[in-house]
Amino acid sequence: MKINKNKIIEKITEGALFISASLSIFVTIGIIIVLLFETIEFFKEVPLIKFFTEKQWTPLFEDKHFGILPLLNATILTSLISMIVAISFGLTIAVFISEYIKPEKRMILKPIMEILAVVPTVVYGYFALLFVTPLLQKIFPDISTFNALSPGIVMGFMIIPIIATMSDDAMQAVPKWLREGGYALGANKFQVTTGVVIPSALSGIMASFILGVSRAVGETMIVTIAAGQMPNFTFNVLEPMETITAYIVQVSLGDTPAGTLEFKTIFAAGMTLFVLTFVLNIISYFLKSKYRERYR
Amino acid sequence: MEEKNIRIEAKNFSAYYNDKIALKEVNFKIYSNKITAIIGPSGCGKSTFLRSINRMNDLIENFSVTGELLLDNKNIYEKETDVIDLRKRVGMVFQKPNPFPKSIFENIAYGLKIHKMYQNYDDLYMKIENSLKEAALWDEVKDDLNKSAFDLSGGQQQRLCIARALVIKPEVILMDEPTASLDPISTAKIEELIVKLKEHYTIVIVTHNMQQAARVSDYSAFFMQGEMIEYDETAKIFTAPSNKLTEEYITGRFG
Amino acid sequence: MKEKKLIYKIRDNFFPVAGLFATIISLGVLFVLIIDVFKDGYLRLNWQFLTSYPSRIPEKAGILSAWVGTLWIMVLTAFLIFPIGVASGIYLEEYAKPGKIKDFLEINISNLAGVPSIIYGLLGLQIFVYSFKMDRSILAGALTLSLVVLPIVIVATRESLKAVPISLREASFALGANKLQTVIFQVLPSAFSGILSGVILAMSRAIGETAPLITIGALTYIAFLPTGPFTTEFPFITFKGLRDFFTVLPIQVFNWVSRPQKGFHANAAAGIIILLIISLFINFLAIYLRIKFEKYMRRK
Ligand SMILES: Nc1ncnc2c1ncn2[C@@H]1O[C@H](COP(=O)(O)OP(=O)(O)OP(=O)(O)O)[C@@H](O)[C@H]1O
Ligand SMILES: [Mg+2]
Repeated sequence: MKINKNKIIEKITEGALFISASLSIFVTIGIIIVLLFETIEFFKEVPLIKFFTEKQWTPLFEDKHFGILPLLNATILTSLISMIVAISFGLTIAVFISEYIKPEKRMILKPIMEILAVVPTVVYGYFALLFVTPLLQKIFPDISTFNALSPGIVMGFMIIPIIATMSDDAMQAVPKWLREGGYALGANKFQVTTGVVIPSALSGIMASFILGVSRAVGETMIVTIAAGQMPNFTFNVLEPMETITAYIVQVSLGDTPAGTLEFKTIFAAGMTLFVLTFVLNIISYFLKSKYRERYR
Repeated sequence: MEEKNIRIEAKNFSAYYNDKIALKEVNFKIYSNKITAIIGPSGCGKSTFLRSINRMNDLIENFSVTGELLLDNKNIYEKETDVIDLRKRVGMVFQKPNPFPKSIFENIAYGLKIHKMYQNYDDLYMKIENSLKEAALWDEVKDDLNKSAFDLSGGQQQRLCIARALVIKPEVILMDEPTASLDPISTAKIEELIVKLKEHYTIVIVTHNMQQAARVSDYSAFFMQGEMIEYDETAKIFTAPSNKLTEEYITGRFG
Repeated sequence: MKEKKLIYKIRDNFFPVAGLFATIISLGVLFVLIIDVFKDGYLRLNWQFLTSYPSRIPEKAGILSAWVGTLWIMVLTAFLIFPIGVASGIYLEEYAKPGKIKDFLEINISNLAGVPSIIYGLLGLQIFVYSFKMDRSILAGALTLSLVVLPIVIVATRESLKAVPISLREASFALGANKLQTVIFQVLPSAFSGILSGVILAMSRAIGETAPLITIGALTYIAFLPTGPFTTEFPFITFKGLRDFFTVLPIQVFNWVSRPQKGFHANAAAGIIILLIISLFINFLAIYLRIKFEKYMRRK
């Protein structure tokens, strides 16, 4: 009898823990259903072709156009700028802390770098709008108060820790004997770093880049505050533009009743965003598990 | 001739990790209140055999066995076996001392608490005191039972682990290279303790130290590549082994 | 020959120099940011600012409803993510057998960690606000934020459990303890400070989250406080406040940044100073616990 009681308790616990863990699956399903439902409703009224080809996004105006391109363009441009900053700084820092400084210093520098990722994004938004943009005005006199460049740069700094720490982890996972093999061939530190360590850690480094892109694409407050809330299909990064995320905020701030077409647009926009980041996250996940497996 | 009770018996007992065989058709009798040493080169399956007796290997994914392994004539691997009860009856001491990150007192109390083996605090305290005495540690720690177990020396930690195993009154104690990580003085103390313990317990000990096997054990089994090569009284194994491989091993020609 | 040597020299010193440069610039940006908001906002940091509701006149406005809202949301979020996150972590690390289900759960959580927080806002809007009819309440906000940061807690729990040596589990099992006893009495206490560090890290993320709360419709102008949790009548505690509307610090800051007047920008900066102090403090607490945990683990 005692055996049974024990076994039953074990089973119940395991069941309860499993339910907790599977909650995460319901969250994913919930996201997909919620987005899909409203998106389908949206496409009943707006043809898919128009959504992807029209160059105007004016759902809140009299003359309504539903082309996602201006929003997508703004999202891509700001992300691109941020990645230029984040990759060049993040990777250099990663190599530096992984290969060139003592482990003790590394242990101190890493958490300090992480602070960049802890600063709330509204704070970065404030900084971009009221400090960086005026600064850029001195270089580009015709830059607008709202523009893509300033939030892009600031967002880059926010993403540096993601790339620096993940790439550092990947380089740390490169086994010692591989490095020593390089040195044994008479290579110096620079050659071993660029010829052995970085190539061996490449899948982990790529994973960090892609996760960085995903973060940039989904970032909301910095671009909402500093890039503006005006859909604008342009490649001029000195002009104001509105990202997908900023549009969702813009609509949420207003009193848009559920069920209206305007309301549905934020779900269609959200769906676009979700699909984009989903693909990026999955690629990043598999790249990461690739390097984890290799050097186990 | 003294009376010999069989406590553990392996009958054509084989063990596998995935599809890799680790023990091949082992046949083996372990007697009550004796110390049985298992010796053999690294990777020959000593730990595997030991950890089969208390089903510690259940924790390993894809471990499987065939044949029979009997404790008091009941198959350890039959479906009805209550593993909890089995492990209560078969205690284990590991190679590296692994006390819990708690006080000395709590380390020993744990087993009594999970099996609800005490009436009140006085009873708990008394049982803890007795087991520490049994493990020859009491005199060294009686004044600070609330000290962290990590503040003890390696040898003291190992005796604490022995006390922890003793307190729930097992019948069999398995020891997997219990002195491998200790200095010679601590080792001597533990060996002395092991010999004393056989009065009340059946002990199976794995060791890489030939002198240790010769010093403490009554019976010795020599394993090689998963097979049991020879099994006999320790005196016989170490003076006149019947198998050439055994002889080569104990005289240190390989392993 | 000499030229080549120079090129080599530049090359070999590239990473140490550029790395140091990049590190200094990054931390310099952080430094400038802090100085900038401090310079803009310190004059507004006073008692009146902490105890006033928002107002149309910048000098009269304050963050009372915002910090109270943040406090409510934080406490509630902590209560929600702790049990669920830890239980999920325990399941994945201690119970789940390797295989398809475990792989699927892992990919799923890793993906959820990367889903933009604003998407959780859309989820919260449809599910909590509309379907469960919670309206734009504190409860809806806390539930939404909990989903955002849950993956952080799960991952941190798993990492901490992973760091607990197998020998500790073996010692417990060898004494005849079952899995539940082993997890509760041995593994969890050992992993506790690591897990706590993860929960606190999640809080430091949650406190700065703005977008999902805006999306579920948290208001930017709130001139009242939620019903307090304590009452004079039995049972002395009430959960009525959970149903109330709310705002939080970052939303208040966002609102002030979005206005053209300089006076509001000063208010935003002052709000940011407070927000930064809280989130940096929480973050340092998490790091401190993490270091303590790692030290503790190394003793074994
Ligand atoms: N968890 C495991 N998974 C797969 N194979 C294992 C596992 N544990 C042990 N083995 C294999 O089983 C065989 C026997 O191992 P075992 O640990 O029993 O040897 P041993 O005699 O105790 O060695 P040592 O003296 O080094 O402790 C070895 O070949 C080993 O590689
Ligand atoms: Mg062994």
